[in-house]
Amino acid sequence: MLRLDDIDAGYGAVAVLHGLTLSVASGEVLCVMGRNGAGKSTMLKAIIGQIRAGAGTITLDGMRIDGLPAHQVPRHGIGYVPQGRRLFGGLTVAENIEIGLMTRRRDVRVREKVLALFPRLRERMGQMARTLSGGEQQMLAIARALCLEPKVLLLDEPTEGLQPSMITLIRDTVLTLKAEGVATILVEQRVDAALSVADRLAFMVGGRVAEVLDAGGLTPDAPAFARHVGV
Amino acid sequence: MRADRGLFLHLGVLAALLALHVLAPPYHHTNLARIMVLAVYAMGYNIAFGYTGLLSLGHALFFAAGLYAAGLLVYHAGAGAPVAMIAGVLAGGAVAVAVGLLALRTAGVAFMIVTLMFAQAGYLTILYFGAWTRGDEGIVIPRAARMLGGLDLSDDNTRYLVALGLFALALLGNLALVRSPFGRVMVAMRENEERSRMLGYNPFTVKLGALAISGLYAGLSGAAYGLMFGYVGASLASVQYSILPLLYVLLGGAGTVLGPLLGALVMFYLIDYASSLTDAHQFVTGAALVALVLFAPRGILGTLRARGLRWLP
Repeated sequence: MLRLDDIDAGYGAVAVLHGLTLSVASGEVLCVMGRNGAGKSTMLKAIIGQIRAGAGTITLDGMRIDGLPAHQVPRHGIGYVPQGRRLFGGLTVAENIEIGLMTRRRDVRVREKVLALFPRLRERMGQMARTLSGGEQQMLAIARALCLEPKVLLLDEPTEGLQPSMITLIRDTVLTLKAEGVATILVEQRVDAALSVADRLAFMVGGRVAEVLDAGGLTPDAPAFARHVGV
Repeated sequence: MRADRGLFLHLGVLAALLALHVLAPPYHHTNLARIMVLAVYAMGYNIAFGYTGLLSLGHALFFAAGLYAAGLLVYHAGAGAPVAMIAGVLAGGAVAVAVGLLALRTAGVAFMIVTLMFAQAGYLTILYFGAWTRGDEGIVIPRAARMLGGLDLSDDNTRYLVALGLFALALLGNLALVRSPFGRVMVAMRENEERSRMLGYNPFTVKLGALAISGLYAGLSGAAYGLMFGYVGASLASVQYSILPLLYVLLGGAGTVLGPLLGALVMFYLIDYASSLTDAHQFVTGAALVALVLFAPRGILGTLRARGLRWLP
């Protein structure tokens, strides 16, 4: 579904990704792990078009998306939940969701489907996004991305700083989306969280994918985690 | 329920302005007509600045586009006031789009400077073509040309009611705009352009649309100002007329629909009162604005909204 082939990208003169190659299939959860500075978030920004790939190609269902203006990438079915949630803090929960919905002119059905995943948001519709708890903000950030009905969902450390019940909710949401055929690239630092949802694990080192493993049968004490993540 | 409260408040303000038509003494009656026309201009400015986050220093150009499109058509081509009014509105919008196509390639301080330069170029153009525009001296629109349908705009009562009608149209249009999907996206753009882009919005298109609507408002106000008060002059295209709507909006509350009216009202009477006390009235108004920025940086209605009236549109 989504393929990155030999991608070079970075920030101005600072190169971060060096020939990165990766793919994720429909209904698959690919968990990307690596130490700080390995290029995980940069890879997601390259996919969504926030930074330009200097070399290589990014394709979605065979169509190149690496040359598209950044605002057109989500319209092709890529939802992105950045690290730190990045909500519109001065708008209400309802308005944040509405803005997510409007891009593809989706109807009430999508809104209801999204709210069914996060019933707590329904109780907070009139509340300013900046006044929500951390977990609720993460729910809203994911809900807003799902309003696009994405084929591919990019999640950048969604469990960071959340309490266990919220982490479970996010895991269940990812698994529900997987069952619906959504491809997910999940950047995650927590080994247990990664193993609970991932089909495959990609370990990044120095802007490249150093190793890809099937998650089935892996345990938290597998050598790959010590080698690439430092746990 | 929240939507109803907002609508009722705005209808109540319009009803109060209608009551003032009967109740206000002649001096304030004339002032209020002028304030309502200027408030339409400030409302347009608020759409760009308060809702979309575009801090322009060149809105005098859009106001002047409406003013001169209407004034020159009436003065040189003998057009009627309705045609002049429509031409003024369209001129304001068209000039805003033309400026926006270039200026929106910049952001922040650069956007302020580029818009200021455009407005200054417009001001100098008006002076340069003095044979047509009569430069600083300006054009006095004859009373006979100030007829809108059967309405004599030089008559105080008629002028007040027409000003109120245009203001009501602009106010309710503004309310509908900020509650529309496009209005939400304008606010999202103000909050964070990059986040909006991640959701599939093209910031350039959204900001250009907002600037165009802002220009239509400024053009309407400019055309109405010229036709109602009978004067079209270069002073109305000066930098002061780019700063005024910014002050009105800051004072009343950026990003509130009624803020521009309140800001225009307070500022108009503050200047009026200060000038009755001293020739250095700008010092008094300046001090008041400094106090406002220090103690109520959100403006009057912005502060009220932050302190509990969250439903205020």
